[in-house]
Amino acid sequence: MTMEIRDLQFGYGRRSLFDRLTIPSLRPGELVALVGPNGVGKSSLFRLIAGLLRPQAGDILLGGESALQLPHQSRAKRIFLLTQQSGFRAALPVFEAVLLSLRGWQGGRATHADVARVENMLDALGISSLSDAPANELSGGQQQLVAMAQALVRDPQVLLLDEPTSALDLRRQIEVMQLVRDTARNRNIVVVAALHDLGLAARFADRFLLLENGIVAADGTPEAVLRDAATGRVYGVEIDIARTNRGTLIVDAHLV
Amino acid sequence: MTDATVLSAGMRYRQRMVRRALFVAMAVVLVLIAICIDLGVGPGRYGPGEVIRALLFPDTVEPKLAIIVRDVRLPVAVMAVLIGAMLGIAGAQMQTILHNPLADPFTLGLSSAASFGAALAISLGVGLMPVAGSFFIAANAFLFALTTSIILFFFTRMRGVTIETFVLVGIALFFTFNAALAFIQYQSSEAQLQQIVFWMMGSLARASWTKIAICAALLALVVPLARFRGPMMTALSLGDDRAASMGVPVARLRLEMLVSISLLAATATAFVGTIGFVGLVGPHIARLLVGEDQKHFLPVSAAAGAIILSVASTLSKAITPGVIYPIGIITALVGVPFFLSLVLSIRKESWR
Repeated sequence: MTMEIRDLQFGYGRRSLFDRLTIPSLRPGELVALVGPNGVGKSSLFRLIAGLLRPQAGDILLGGESALQLPHQSRAKRIFLLTQQSGFRAALPVFEAVLLSLRGWQGGRATHADVARVENMLDALGISSLSDAPANELSGGQQQLVAMAQALVRDPQVLLLDEPTSALDLRRQIEVMQLVRDTARNRNIVVVAALHDLGLAARFADRFLLLENGIVAADGTPEAVLRDAATGRVYGVEIDIARTNRGTLIVDAHLV
Repeated sequence: MTDATVLSAGMRYRQRMVRRALFVAMAVVLVLIAICIDLGVGPGRYGPGEVIRALLFPDTVEPKLAIIVRDVRLPVAVMAVLIGAMLGIAGAQMQTILHNPLADPFTLGLSSAASFGAALAISLGVGLMPVAGSFFIAANAFLFALTTSIILFFFTRMRGVTIETFVLVGIALFFTFNAALAFIQYQSSEAQLQQIVFWMMGSLARASWTKIAICAALLALVVPLARFRGPMMTALSLGDDRAASMGVPVARLRLEMLVSISLLAATATAFVGTIGFVGLVGPHIARLLVGEDQKHFLPVSAAAGAIILSVASTLSKAITPGVIYPIGIITALVGVPFFLSLVLSIRKESWR
C-alpha cells in the first residue's frame, strides 16, 4: 500500500517545523532512508505519521485513505513506529515483550502460532538466547534488537524506524539492515528508516529522502542524492563517494 | 538448567506462565489462612479448626464462639483483607502510570487531603456531604481525597497528561493540604486533636458490613477494568513511546487509572484512615515474585497487600492482650522484616 504525505504543517509552539511538507508516493517494497542533520525533524515526521503527534494541517494518505481519520489503535496496527526511546522500563522477559507487541490487547492464551512466530522472530534477529531475560536488564544494543523484534513481528503495512542501528555492532548493523530490506521486499511494505550513517544507508536503501528546513531538499537513489550539491550544503560538509571492488558505496565527508 | 537449554523459548514461556499462575493461587490460599488466624486471635484464642467450624457450621459450636468469630471479628478480618487488596492494586497502578517504583497510592497528596477532610469534620463539625452518624467523617475524608484527584485531572488536561504534571501538581496539593491540616490541628481542642491524630493512625475498629459491601462493590468495578486494561498497562510499563506506538492511548489510560486509584485509595482512607506502606510494598513483593506482566502482577499485589494487612490486624491484637493498637502503626513494623527477608532471599531468575 502506497503512502503519501501532502502539505503537512506542524510546529512546536511558534516554531514551525514543517511548512506544507509533501512527500509523493512512498512505494511498498522499497527501503527509504530519511536523512538530514540533527533537529531537522526526522523523528517529528515519524511521530506525525504514526499518530504520536497531530499535524496542524495537511494529510497522510495510506492507499489513498487518510490515516489521520483512523482511530489510534487501528492506525498503530497498520503503521508501526520504532522510536528512538532507549531502554525498556519494565522487567518483562524478552519473549513476553515481543509476544505483547504481536498480540496487542486480545485476551486469552497465546496460540501456538503466536508463540512459534515470536520464536522465529527472535531467531531471525539472533536473540533467542535472551528470550527469558528481563528486557530492562539487557545492554543497549540488545534492547534495540528486542525493539526491532517487536516491530517486525507485528507485520505492519508501514514500518518507520528511527535510528534502528545506532547501538549495534558492525555485524549486527549489517544483519539488521539486511533483514529490514528483505522484510520490505518479501512482505511488500513501506519501510522508512532515519539513519545518520550515510554509508550504511547508501548500502541498503533504495531511495534517499533528504530533509532540510521542513522540506524535501533531495529525493532519489542514494548515489544521486549523495552526489547532489544539496546534501553537502545541508550537512555543512564536502562529500566524496566511491565504490569498493564489491560495488559498495563508501561515503567520505570533510568539514568545509 | 539442562532442562532449560533443551526446551524451546516458547515452552519456557508457557512454564513461566504456569509458575506465575501457581503463585497467584498460593497467594489466595495464604490470604484465606491469614483470615483464619486473624479470626482466632484476640481475648480468647481459638484454633483454626474451631474458627472454620464457627464460620461454616455456627450451630455446631457454642453460641459465644460463634458470636465472637462471626459478629465481632469477621468484619474486621474481612475489612483488613479488602483494604489491603485495594491499596495493593492502587499502588501497583500508581507505580505503573508514574513509571516509578517509589510511588504509592498516596504519592499525589491523596492521604493529606483525606486527613484534612477528616480533621475538618472532627474539629469543626463541618461536613460537605449530608451524611449522618458514623459515615460523617468518612464521607468528608472521601470527598477531599477525591477533590485532589479532580484537581489533578483538570490540571493535567490543561497542561498535558505527563508524569511531570502529575508529580508537580501532586506535590503542590500534598503541601497545601498538609498546611491546612496543621492549621486545623493548631486550632483544635485537646480532645479533638487526639481524635484527629488517632484517625490518622488508621484503625480497623471502624469496620462494618456496610463498609465491607461498599469496598467489595468498588473492587467488583475496578478489578474487571484492570484486567481488561492489563495488556495496555503492561505495554505502558515498557515506556510511553513504546506503548503509544503499539496503539495504547497513553493519556486516556493514565487518566482512567487515576480515577481507579483515587476511588480505591479515597475509599480505603475514608474507612480506615491512612495506612501507608501496604500500597508501596505490596507491588514490590509482587514484582519480585511474578514480574511486571499485569495479568499476574496485579492479583499478587492485591494478595500481598491483603496478607500484610491481615497479619498486621492479627498482631495489633496479639502484642498486648486486651489492647488493639491502631493498625497503621503495626503495618510497617510487620511488613518491613518480611519485605527485607524477601529482597534478600529471592535470587533473580537466572536466565543466561
